[in-house]
Amino acid sequence: MSKLKEKYLAIPEQIRIVTVLFAIFLIMFIFGRRLFIPKTFGEYGHYRAAAVDDIMQIGLVYAGHQACAECHDDVVAEKSQHMHKHVACENCHGPGYAHTQAPDEHPLTIPTDRSYCVLCHSYNPARPTGFPQIDPVTHNPDGACIDCHQPHAPQPPEVPEECGSCHERIVRTLGAGHHNSLPCTQCHDIKQEHKITPRDFLPTVPRTREFCGTCHSTKASSAKEIRRVDIVTHGENYFCGQCHFPHNPEVKI
Amino acid sequence: MDNNNTQDRRSFIKTCLKVLPAATLIPFLSIDAKAFAEEGYNPEDHNYAMGIDVHKCIGCGRCVRACKNENNVPDEPFYFRTWIERYIIPFEGETIVDSPDGGINGFGDAAVPEDAMMRTFFVPKICNHCAKPPCVQVCPVGATFTSRDGVVLVDNDYCIGCRYCIQACPYGARYLNPYTRTVDKCTFCYHRITKGLLPACVEACPTQARVFGEITDKSTPISYFRRFNEIQVLKPALNTEPKVFYAHLDGEVR
Repeated sequence: MSKLKEKYLAIPEQIRIVTVLFAIFLIMFIFGRRLFIPKTFGEYGHYRAAAVDDIMQIGLVYAGHQACAECHDDVVAEKSQHMHKHVACENCHGPGYAHTQAPDEHPLTIPTDRSYCVLCHSYNPARPTGFPQIDPVTHNPDGACIDCHQPHAPQPPEVPEECGSCHERIVRTLGAGHHNSLPCTQCHDIKQEHKITPRDFLPTVPRTREFCGTCHSTKASSAKEIRRVDIVTHGENYFCGQCHFPHNPEVKI
Repeated sequence: MDNNNTQDRRSFIKTCLKVLPAATLIPFLSIDAKAFAEEGYNPEDHNYAMGIDVHKCIGCGRCVRACKNENNVPDEPFYFRTWIERYIIPFEGETIVDSPDGGINGFGDAAVPEDAMMRTFFVPKICNHCAKPPCVQVCPVGATFTSRDGVVLVDNDYCIGCRYCIQACPYGARYLNPYTRTVDKCTFCYHRITKGLLPACVEACPTQARVFGEITDKSTPISYFRRFNEIQVLKPALNTEPKVFYAHLDGEVR
């Protein structure tokens, strides 16, 4: 015992003090680390692993499209056959997780207002070509959309009958432009056989400047509102379709 | 001595025969153990990504609304986990980008008349869940991190609200929640996807402009999307390796 004490006293005093201080610091450091660093920190990486579980525990608001079919299978079956098949029920009727838990206490809403449909269907040049759009100012301004359109089974516009069943994209594009009122046969010569073997009997596509000139030439006898150009000098020797897109002409009156 | 040896051999074979049925059970036991693990959610088995088809976006803002509902994002403008930008590239002058209220109420008339527009389209934006996230690097406390299934998350209880990550994110995908005083961002709706549901914005998108799924699996919507579209990511030069893939993205989009 006295030998150990002798050895201890043999160490210079300043080193003894520093060693004790260092030991105290080390104990405090280990204790502090345990106190301040959360239990699961560093389990999988430089983060608190329990946080992942916390985030997983957050409650649902939207139930998801599968949940609706459990009770409303008739509506879901009808919707799946029509244009709105990819529009989730909760998109129009609002978040429905609470409704799936207690249907009577949390009824969902039915938007009957005109302002709701136009969120998607009002004309906007940034919308993709072919998406069905209307101008809400001129398109039956007084009526609610659901008076004519059944939202679970919406019908595409009917303007050129028959053609639209295959050329749906062109028909929907036409709807946004001034050529909407023209029948397809105004410009295309379509044989009856085209409907049976389409590729063997292709419809004609106008390829002459004179064809467009029958309506748009300064000398044409068409309605006055139609935009006119001098068919001889306008656009040099290009065909009209090389600059203008006839299914949705970009030149507005 | 000889006799002992034969006895040993016999007992050895006996032991072998005894052990054999038990040994054949081992692979079955391990399958059982695996099946048991699959009942819970195992992050190691997943790697999520999102695809956005710019050609399909109609700018209706339903994804923004769904996101705010699902994730309790403050309703005031300027707080978004996902938002839609409208790009207008006029014939003359600079490209105009606007996002009124993040597009939550749709888009009204543009700043330029229609006949002055050369190209115009909508681009949905969201946290890119980068494989090399700059926001995670700068967090001084380890409150933001990449989970084992590849989703960049924020630990709300641990965030000190210093906003370094908001500065670091090159996509502007983070905001400081004024009520919790912590940083908030898209989690790919982590609480939904771990239950097998889709993120709220994907669920809400009426035109299927957004697709979501596993990138490591070959037969998922996102894998199909990546196989059959020309894919771009935002700001590829920054080498962040985003996991939000864009199809038909215009070169003007930043």
